[in-house]
Amino acid sequence: MEALLAITIGILVAAAVYLMLSGHMMRFIFGLVLISNAANLTIFTAGRLTPGAPPLIPLGFDGPAGDVANALPQALVLTAIVIGFGLFAFAVTLVWRAWVALGTIEADDMRIAEPKEDSQ
Amino acid sequence: MNSIILIAGTRYLSALLILFSIYALLRGHNEPGGGFIGGLIGSTGFILYAIACGTDQARRALRARPETVAMIGLAIALGAGLSAALFGDVFFTGQWLFLGATETEKGLPVSTVLAFDVGVYMAVFGSILGLVFAMEEEI
Amino acid sequence: MAAAAPTSRGHGLLGYGPTALALALFIWFLGFLPVVSAGQAASWAVPWIPVLGIDLAFRIDGLSLTFALLISGIGTLVLLYANSYLTGDPQFDRFVLFLTSFMLAMLGLVLADDLIVLFVFWELTTITSYLLIGYGHDSEKSRRNALQALFLTGAGALAFLAGAILLGEAAGTYRISEVLAQGKAIQDHPHFTAILILVFLGALTKSAQVPFHFWLPNAMAAPTPVSAFLHSATMVKAGVYLLARLHPAMSGGDLWLYTLTILGVVTAVFASLLALRQTDLKQALAYTTLMALGTLVMLLGQDSGYAMTAFATFLIVHSLYKAALFLVVGNLDAATGTRETDALGGLGRVLPMTALAAALAGMSMAGLPPFLGFIGKELTYAGMLQVASFPVILSIMALLANGLILAVASVVAIRPFWSARQPKTPVKNAIPWTMAAGPVVLAVLGTIFGIMPGLLQNTLVAPTVLSLTGDIAETKQLKLWAGVNLPLFLSLATFVLGGLFYAWHATLRARLAMLDRLPNLDEAWDRFMASIKTFAIALTSRIQTGRMTDYMAVTFSTIAIGLIATVLLRGLPPLSPSFADVTPIHLALIGLLLSGTFMATITRKRIAAIAALGVVGIGVALVFIFFSAPDVAITQLLVEVLVVVLVAIVMLQLPRLRDYPNRFRPGHAVIAAGVGGSVTLVLLAILSTPLDRRLTTFFETASWPEAFGRNIVNVILVDFRALDTFGEVAVVVVAAIASIALLRQNRKGRS
Repeated sequence: MEALLAITIGILVAAAVYLMLSGHMMRFIFGLVLISNAANLTIFTAGRLTPGAPPLIPLGFDGPAGDVANALPQALVLTAIVIGFGLFAFAVTLVWRAWVALGTIEADDMRIAEPKEDSQ
Repeated sequence: MNSIILIAGTRYLSALLILFSIYALLRGHNEPGGGFIGGLIGSTGFILYAIACGTDQARRALRARPETVAMIGLAIALGAGLSAALFGDVFFTGQWLFLGATETEKGLPVSTVLAFDVGVYMAVFGSILGLVFAMEEEI
Repeated sequence: MAAAAPTSRGHGLLGYGPTALALALFIWFLGFLPVVSAGQAASWAVPWIPVLGIDLAFRIDGLSLTFALLISGIGTLVLLYANSYLTGDPQFDRFVLFLTSFMLAMLGLVLADDLIVLFVFWELTTITSYLLIGYGHDSEKSRRNALQALFLTGAGALAFLAGAILLGEAAGTYRISEVLAQGKAIQDHPHFTAILILVFLGALTKSAQVPFHFWLPNAMAAPTPVSAFLHSATMVKAGVYLLARLHPAMSGGDLWLYTLTILGVVTAVFASLLALRQTDLKQALAYTTLMALGTLVMLLGQDSGYAMTAFATFLIVHSLYKAALFLVVGNLDAATGTRETDALGGLGRVLPMTALAAALAGMSMAGLPPFLGFIGKELTYAGMLQVASFPVILSIMALLANGLILAVASVVAIRPFWSARQPKTPVKNAIPWTMAAGPVVLAVLGTIFGIMPGLLQNTLVAPTVLSLTGDIAETKQLKLWAGVNLPLFLSLATFVLGGLFYAWHATLRARLAMLDRLPNLDEAWDRFMASIKTFAIALTSRIQTGRMTDYMAVTFSTIAIGLIATVLLRGLPPLSPSFADVTPIHLALIGLLLSGTFMATITRKRIAAIAALGVVGIGVALVFIFFSAPDVAITQLLVEVLVVVLVAIVMLQLPRLRDYPNRFRPGHAVIAAGVGGSVTLVLLAILSTPLDRRLTTFFETASWPEAFGRNIVNVILVDFRALDTFGEVAVVVVAAIASIALLRQNRKGRS
């Protein structure tokens, strides 16, 4: 399953990158959501997949009973999800703000700070 | 969103969600749950309330500004971490106190770790709520 | 040129303060004469960068002291001179700051006993001289020439830095005295040739040797006192100093001998021809400086006692007469307003002190007895004749150069004052004593040392030879009458030849105009600079398209190439992808993820895209649920809910996706496939290597006994890694507050 998930993650990343390169800010945000998910899955998968054994310690034991899932990547991914949400919220707000202020949703039209193409 | 059924239902649902979020927070150290999850559940409850009854009423129900809640949460988390220095430990070392502990019973644990998780809860709760309120109001 | 008539009052304390400082330094250095002439050296060291073994180390031996005395002594006179020369100049404070800084930097350079410290001072002289050459910054030419000097000597300095580091590493120490104490052992090091070439690049650009000579005459854009100081006596001699400093360790090999001899001779002859060609007296002097530098470099190429004694003597001689003559030309300029040789005449009686200084310095330059210049020339000839290969050719070249220089000396120092055939030039300004003092003192010193060479013999010349050869006995006697020998005949031949050159100099000058047509690096320089600019503009318009998508494409391509290159360079572990444990439920899950992804990528409807992203999010949450991560799964699901809330609020306010066609972009697809493929490849590689579970094992065993928690993930978050969690929560709060600020800003804008 890990190998299959690795390939799926690759496809997720490719789709995300393609969307982020579109120059359309809404598609960029779709790409951002996808790539966040892909990144979380990458960390999770790299820590190996263990079905049916959450990293909990049963009552009366000093440690987990038998082999349980890798807790470390889970902790990392958990905070990453929340931070990813913060980033997403900020990006969405920024795009909305840009739309209100500049009247465009395409990155290549937001050129206030950039020189025009044919000027030097 | 003027459905009376929705408004009436939401009152109970929101209250339930907030209660559950505190439950999730408190049991988090031993079972799935914790500050992040609790904060997310709690904010979802309030968002539901805001969608049904409007942000003004939701803000009144919350009493404090959500941004303030977030900042207090951060301060509690930081204070919990720094308090370890009072006990002569390195910062962010957990300190534990077992209320009513006897030879056989462990007693009720109270710890800086719990305070830290409460801080995380409040920070996540306040941040998300403040953001969604602002969006509801401005957009 | 001076803005107002020069006065001795000058700029008051601003002018006399630095002069006094220079004089104090000069007197302080004089105090080292007894130590140094006894063959000893004084040294200091303060740790500077101890990790790298670099100390602020200074050392005064014969060579350093000779230079230090010349720098501080001539510095005193030049500062005194400049104070009057620039009377009324509103930017004199700037000028005097630069000139004093330059003098201190130069002193640091010649006293430094650490290769890196030497380099630092070397660059300080480059920068201060840039500021001085470009002093008249409102002139385009002045700026261009200043930049040229900066770039050329700066590039050389970088080469020298590389050489210094290689040398320091090869010798095992950056302390120059310790490097020299190892003798010629360094020459057996495999990097020696590289070190030598790099040091040459630094020294020869700084000392303006052919083919890097073109910047020096251009540097004459600086005010005359600067030219007198920097471009005759001091800065251009920094390169010579470096070669002399390293002479004991690095000389003797063929590369050293032939490079310095050939470049030195070519520079000397070429420069003396060009000197005669000039009509501007300052330019003529600039080229004779090149000639002197060539001679010094050529002498340093040798090893013999005669050559070394000649080097030490000629160094002093040249500094004295050249600084004096530059100041004389400055006086002519200040008095009459011109420096053109054909416009000047009959000034002997009007400017008696200047004329006296000019005559004495000029005769020293011409190498006439009883001046120090004569002794220097005799020793130079003696040194030439001792050269192992081609002594005859070298001597003839030296004879030619000296003859030409004699003619130039006459043109500069005699003709404007005494020639009967020249028209009398009207004098506009009087020359105050402060401006006459410099040239007179320098010229008189040259005369005294000529008559009594014993004054220099043991005080400066012998210790310098000691620095150069390590053997004080190598020093030859400085004397006016060395008996009837070959150098004497060569001197006599020089006088005859020089007299002829002078007699015919007008004709020669016209003929020499053809030299102007030689391929000229100066013009090549301008073309080079222009081409850099063109290239930069072309490149910038290429890279900086101003299009966001282009920048992102570059970023993602870099990621893909970086990942793939790492995999290729590190080598891939044997991949063993196993699909044995895949169940139908897994396949359904993957199908859910992929269909959501596909949908989000191609859809033209906002609602469909939001739904598709929700599908992907739920799919990811299911992966967490299947593989034992309940906390993560709950978080993921809750965040999905919030994402939908946000998207519902914001996205629907944005324009419809349908209005922006999603055309297929093959280039972007290739980049996307590259990034995605490399991620898969890296992940497969990680999965094929054994997992290091040490941290996880620690958390598992410590979670309950030490942290009293049975949910290991939560214990990691709030206890083991609480500091990280705190930082992450802070990021969430900051992101929220930033978003809120962005949203509220709108309200302000609307009202």
